Amino acid sequence: MNKILLKLYITGQTPKSERAIANIRRICERDAQEKYELVIIDILEQPELAEEAKILATPTLTKELPPPLSRVIGDLADIDKVLLGLDMETVTRTTGKEV
Amino acid sequence: MASISDKASPISKLETYIPGFDFIAGGGLPEGRSTLVSGTSGSAKTVLATQFLAEGIAKAEESGVFVTFEETPKDIRRNMSGFGWDIQEWETMGKWAFVDISPTAGDRTIITGDYDLGGLLVRIEHAASKVNAKRVVIDSIGSIFSQVNDSAIVRSELLRVATMLKEIGVTSLITAERTEEYGDVARYGVEEFVADNVIILRNNMEQEKRRRTIEILKFRGTYHQKGEYPFTILPNKGIIIIPLSAMELQQKSSTVRITSGNVELDKMCGGGFFRDSIILASGATGNGKTLMATEFIAGGVSNGERCLLLAFEESREQLFRNASGWGFDYRQMEKEGKLKVVCEYPETAGLEDHLIKIRNEIDEFKPNRLVVDSLSALERISSIKGFREFVIGLTSFIKHGEIAGLFTATTPNLMGGTSITETHISTITDSIILLRYVEMLGEMRRGLTVLKMRGSMHDKDIREYTIDGTGMHIGKPFRNVTGIISGSPAYIANSEIERISSLFENEKV
Repeated sequence: MNKILLKLYITGQTPKSERAIANIRRICERDAQEKYELVIIDILEQPELAEEAKILATPTLTKELPPPLSRVIGDLADIDKVLLGLDMETVTRTTGKEV
Repeated sequence: MASISDKASPISKLETYIPGFDFIAGGGLPEGRSTLVSGTSGSAKTVLATQFLAEGIAKAEESGVFVTFEETPKDIRRNMSGFGWDIQEWETMGKWAFVDISPTAGDRTIITGDYDLGGLLVRIEHAASKVNAKRVVIDSIGSIFSQVNDSAIVRSELLRVATMLKEIGVTSLITAERTEEYGDVARYGVEEFVADNVIILRNNMEQEKRRRTIEILKFRGTYHQKGEYPFTILPNKGIIIIPLSAMELQQKSSTVRITSGNVELDKMCGGGFFRDSIILASGATGNGKTLMATEFIAGGVSNGERCLLLAFEESREQLFRNASGWGFDYRQMEKEGKLKVVCEYPETAGLEDHLIKIRNEIDEFKPNRLVVDSLSALERISSIKGFREFVIGLTSFIKHGEIAGLFTATTPNLMGGTSITETHISTITDSIILLRYVEMLGEMRRGLTVLKMRGSMHDKDIREYTIDGTGMHIGKPFRNVTGIISGSPAYIANSEIERISSLFENEKV
């Protein structure tokens, strides 16, 4: 099974950052955890990564693998929308009923 | 709490080195502040912004950051290479950094929940510190709405960007799109709040001619020239602003006389033209303007002066043939490096471009005398205002160089009358010489008069002149004709003249 590589770009420990981290962790935990690789990047510390990934807004979640690349901007409040944005509807359908 | 007595430090200016800009901006852009550059599509916003960084690197060793929202860095590098700006080279030298916010094709983006533009802020700050930037450009700010469409967030975040730019002490240019040449400052109405200063670029249609202008709308708390100034864009140079109406009248005035190339005309002018004066020779077609210009050149060359002839009506071959017909050898003069003949169709370029070309010619050839034959030909290709500005720009430039200028103007009527050229520029010229046809007893004769000679006595007569294979010969005054200049000459019989003179004889006794 292919791994899903997610990167969450944040700017410091703001309330928005905290909410986004909590929300994406929740999404990851709903599924079998090993399928996800989640990297949290604080661009205040690593600004060059923000340049590389062309990050405009924060928080931004990107799904780098599998392609195509997709992005979700915001604190990820709406989980369904996040899954839609990450192209992971199939994942929800198999596991989503139990939630 | 700040007390009222706190002295605010005056705003210093950062020289942009964009030709002409620093003059109209009263020294440059307000240092450490943001300036909004607004203009319609195609009004050269990106060129101006790029040039701001390029001149900074080239002239002042000041690094820059280019934040692009529209074009990709690749496109900008390629598009701007035509102006001679090697952005790639500057990037490798660590003097230029891009922050690429241009939209990526095929990128899927969904927005859910709360966000800010922290990424943008961090990246600009990072790039600025990486190259130690003194100048920052954001091009163009309105395009941010194509990626983020919440105007409340955009507005508050742009303010954060502006504050950050101020904090890190860079001078910035932020471009914005507008939809009309005369209307709101910018499209979304939020752009103008981020900057203390506003510059408008226009690309107007005026009598089927495109006319680009730049206007400084506001510089908060500091001085600038008001109104629109024309500019042009040249390959390998970029934007050149022509600060016409802001030119100062501070040229020195010379009392040194130079020859007009015609002994009689020198006498009529009280000993020749002044060395740094502008002379306008006006007349109908075919009555000796080009000849007068030719003698003016020959007179200069014989004194070892350098002459530049700008011809807009005749070709090189025609000019050379005409000159040899009067006994002057242009080819020999050119060979000796005393003369340079530049022929051009007026229609090949806009007036602004012509002006800059002429300046370049003058800078290169460094002439003592300049002839423009004819000014009226240039008038065809421009609006009245544009033409007047052109003449002011040209005269003030050549006066600075202590160059004597002879301009010719063509009158529309054969007899009498004034030309449009004349009425628009007569106040700018120092001397005006009228060449007129005089119809007398079924014969066309020619009359010449010095109408104006600033700072000198001159002959007030209307003198008859003839043209033959050796040039222009000025003869006696028309004593028995009136109404030459008004275009309706009337012949007065000799007996009448004698009668009038005799009226005074009794008193003398």
